[in-house]
Amino acid sequence: MAIPTENEVIKDSSMLLQKSMIAENYDALTSAHENGKKISATFVPGNLNELVMCFDMHNNLPEINAINNGMRKKSGTMVMQAEKMGHSEDVCTYVKADIGSMARGNIAPNGKPMPPPDLLLLSYTGCFTFMKWFELLRHEYGCETAMLHVPYEGDGVITQNMRDYVVKQLKENVIPTMEKVSGVKFDIDRLRENLVNSARAEDDFVWVLQSARNKPSPIDAYFGGVYYIGPIFTAFRGTEKAVEYYKLLRAEIEQRIAEGKGPITPEGDMKDERYRLVVEGPPNWTNFREFWKMFYEDGAVVVASTYTKVGGVYDLGFRHDPNNPIETLADYCLGCYTNRNLSQRVDMLEKYVNEYQADGLLINSIKSCNSFSAGQLLMMQEVEKRTGKPGAFIETDLVDPRYFSAANVKNRLESYFQMIEQRRQGERSAA
Amino acid sequence: MKCFIGIDLGSTTTKAVMMDSDGEVLGRGITNSRSNYDTASKVSKLEAVVSARLELCHRALSAVPEMEDMVEELLTALERNFRLELFLNMLNDLKETCLHNAADLRHANIGKELAQALNDVFGRMETQLSRLFAPGAERKSDFFRDLAGSVYMNQAEDVAEEAGLPFDVLINIYDKSIIETENRPPAEDLAATFVRALDRVIDEQEDLPVEPQLVRDLVKDSLEIELEETFVVGTGYGRVRLPFPKEHIRSEILCHGLGAHLMYPKTRTVLDIGGQDTKGIQVDENGIVVNFQMNDRCAAGCGRYLGYIADEMNIGLHELGPIAMKATKSIRINSTCTVFAGAELRDRLAMGEKRADILAGLHRAIVLRAISIISRSGGVTSEFTFTGGVAKNEAAVKELRKLIRENYGDVTINIDPDSIYTGALGAAEFARRAVEH
Repeated sequence: MAIPTENEVIKDSSMLLQKSMIAENYDALTSAHENGKKISATFVPGNLNELVMCFDMHNNLPEINAINNGMRKKSGTMVMQAEKMGHSEDVCTYVKADIGSMARGNIAPNGKPMPPPDLLLLSYTGCFTFMKWFELLRHEYGCETAMLHVPYEGDGVITQNMRDYVVKQLKENVIPTMEKVSGVKFDIDRLRENLVNSARAEDDFVWVLQSARNKPSPIDAYFGGVYYIGPIFTAFRGTEKAVEYYKLLRAEIEQRIAEGKGPITPEGDMKDERYRLVVEGPPNWTNFREFWKMFYEDGAVVVASTYTKVGGVYDLGFRHDPNNPIETLADYCLGCYTNRNLSQRVDMLEKYVNEYQADGLLINSIKSCNSFSAGQLLMMQEVEKRTGKPGAFIETDLVDPRYFSAANVKNRLESYFQMIEQRRQGERSAA
Repeated sequence: MKCFIGIDLGSTTTKAVMMDSDGEVLGRGITNSRSNYDTASKVSKLEAVVSARLELCHRALSAVPEMEDMVEELLTALERNFRLELFLNMLNDLKETCLHNAADLRHANIGKELAQALNDVFGRMETQLSRLFAPGAERKSDFFRDLAGSVYMNQAEDVAEEAGLPFDVLINIYDKSIIETENRPPAEDLAATFVRALDRVIDEQEDLPVEPQLVRDLVKDSLEIELEETFVVGTGYGRVRLPFPKEHIRSEILCHGLGAHLMYPKTRTVLDIGGQDTKGIQVDENGIVVNFQMNDRCAAGCGRYLGYIADEMNIGLHELGPIAMKATKSIRINSTCTVFAGAELRDRLAMGEKRADILAGLHRAIVLRAISIISRSGGVTSEFTFTGGVAKNEAAVKELRKLIRENYGDVTINIDPDSIYTGALGAAEFARRAVEH
C-alpha cells in the first residue's frame, strides 16, 4: 500500500514505480478541485475504483491515509487528538487517525491539504465500523453519501438473490448519485474498458501471490505483500498503470525464482528461509519495519496471508468480468475477505497452510478491530486441528503506537519459531 | 569436570542450574533480577557454583562410611556458616559504601556524626543478622537486600533519634548504597570463604567420628575440582542481555517444557506463572513443545499481580498465600486489571470483608486467567505440571487443583518444590545436549 520510504531501504524497481504512482495520485487528489475534478472517498474492501473512474472522479481511501500516517509515525498524535474530541479508546484506530488528521488540517503526504470529498461512497462489506466512520465524515463534510449495502456471507455462499440486491442498488442508487455529484453521464463501455485492465492486472497479481509456493519463496506475502496489493486495492485498479506495475513485478519475481532468491526485505534479499508461515490479520503499521525485522532476521517468511485478500480474493478464482460489468462489481464486493464468514476464513487458512507448505499459522490480532478479531482464537484452533501445524497468537494494533509492545511480540515470535524448529528436530529424530 | 549451565533471567528473579555430563543437577542458584541482568546472571551462577561445591562435598563425604550419619548435619552447618561468611562480607561492603556516600559534600556539616551513626547501625545489624545464621534459625528471605533492609530501617530509626540526626538522610544513604552493593558481584574466591566456614564448623562439632584433617582434606579436594563451564544456555526475558551468541539462547517456552519433562517425564501440559507471563504449554513424550499460549495485552494474573496486591496490603509477598488459606469464603474479584483489582480490594475492605476472604478471591482470579490460557493452548489431557514462582503459593495451588479437577477431572498434578528452577533446568539440559548429543 501507500508506503513511505527511507533512503537506506533497498528497493526493487516495481517499488520505485509504485512510489511514483502514489505520489502522482496524492498530487492529483490535492489539486482535484483546482482542476475541476470531484473526489469520492471509499474503503479498500468493496472499493469500486473502475466505477469511480467512469465519472472522472478521484478515489480517496481514508484507510490508506491512516496507514500512511501510521508508517510516517504521525498517527499517534492524530489518534490522541480524536480521543480528545471524545472518541473512545476502543474505537478503530484507522477511524481515529482519520478524524484526528481532519482536525489537524488533513494534510496529505505531499504536504498539501486534502480537499473535502464530494461523495462518500460507502460500500459496506462486512466491517460494521465503515458505516459509523462515514456517518462521522458525513456529519463533518455534509456531502452526498451513496450507501451500497452488501449482504454478509453468513452462510458462506453468494446467492443470486444477494447478487441481484447489490446490482439493483448499484443501478438505482449508486450510479445515479455518482452521475449527480460528478455531472458525468455513466458510460457502461467505459466501465468495461476499465474492467479489462483490472482483470489483466489481477492475473499477474495472482501469479505473484502464488509464487510463494516455491521454496525458497521469492516473496514475503505479508510484509512484502502489502506493497504488492498497493495498486490493485487502491486508486489504480482498472488503470493501464496498474497493468504495467504488475507486469514489471511479475518479471522481477520470475527473475528471483530463476536466481533461487528469497524475498526482498528492507535490508536486501532474505538469505536463509527457515520458517514458512501463514498470517491472519492486518500488520501493525506504526512499527512496520521493526515488526518485519523480527521475521526476516530469524529466517521467517510469510507465504500466504489473508490481509492481502481484504481488497479482493483473486487467488480463489474471482476476476473482474467486462462482459457482466455491474454483476461483476456485485460479486467482487460480496466476495471480499471482510465479508466472509468464519468457516470460509478457516477453509481459506487451511488451504493456505497446506498449499504453501507452511510450518504454521500466526494470528496478529488487532486490539482495536473487533470486526476482524472476533473469533480468531477459534479459527486458530480449528486450523491447528485440521492441518496438524501449530498456531500462535500475538496482539498489536493498526496505527496506535501505544499498543505495539516490541519486547512482548518478539518474545512470543521467538518462542514460536524455536518451537517449530524443535518440533522439526523431534520429527527428524523420530523418523 | 564438564558443567552445563542454564540461566533463566526472569522479570523478578534470575535462576541458574548447573548440570554434569550425566544430566544430574549439581547446583541451583537464585537471585533477584535487580534490573541488572549482567549482575543477576553472575550472582545466580555463583550461587549455583556454591550449591554445586556443597553437592561435591556431599558426594566426597558420603563415601566415608564412618561419616554416614553425619554428612547431612555437617553440610547444613557448612552451608550455614558459608552463607554467614558471605553475608558478613556483603554487609561490610554495604557499610563501606554507606560510609563513602555519607562523606558526600551535601552532608559536610554532619559528616562526622553520620559516620559514627552508621558505625553504630552496622554494629547492631551485624549482631542481629548473625543470629539469622545460627543453627535452626529461619530466614524470611535469602536475598541480602530483604534481610539487610528491614533491620537497617529499624536500627537507623533508633540511632537517628538517639544522635539527633535526620532519619531521611540515613534512608537516602542506604537506598543509594544498597543498589551499588547489589550490583557489585561478590568476589569469586569461594574456596577461601568455604575454608573459613569449615573452620567454624569443625570448632562447633565436638563428636566428629573421623580426624578433622580428613574432613578438611575431602572438602579441600572437592573445592579443587575444576568446574568447567562447558556450555551455557540462557532463557527468560533478559536473555538478549546475555553476552553470548544466539545459539546459546532458548525461549522460556522451550526451556519450561523441557524442564517440566525432566522433572516429570509423563507431563503433557505445563502451566508456568511467572512475573509477567503466564504460559500454557503442551509437550510430547520427549518434552518437545507442540503448542503454547501466553497472556496477551496485559500481565494481570501473573506473579507481579500478587506483588502489587502485597504492596497494597502492606504485607510480604510470601505472606499472601498463608493468609488466603485462612479464608472461610472466597470474595469475587471482577477486575482483570491489576490496578483495578487494588481498587476493588480496598472497596471490599471498606465494606467490612475479611482480608483472608478477599485474598482467596484474588488468588482465584489469577488462577481463572491461567485456566483460560491452558484451555487456549489445548487443555489438559494427561499429567499436568505447575511451575514458576506462583507455584510456591499454597493458596494459588489450592485454587488451581480445584479448577483443574472441575474442568478436566482427576488428572495428576505435579508441583515440585524446586519448580522455580524449571526454566533454568530446561536451559541446562539444552546446554548439555548441545555438547553431548
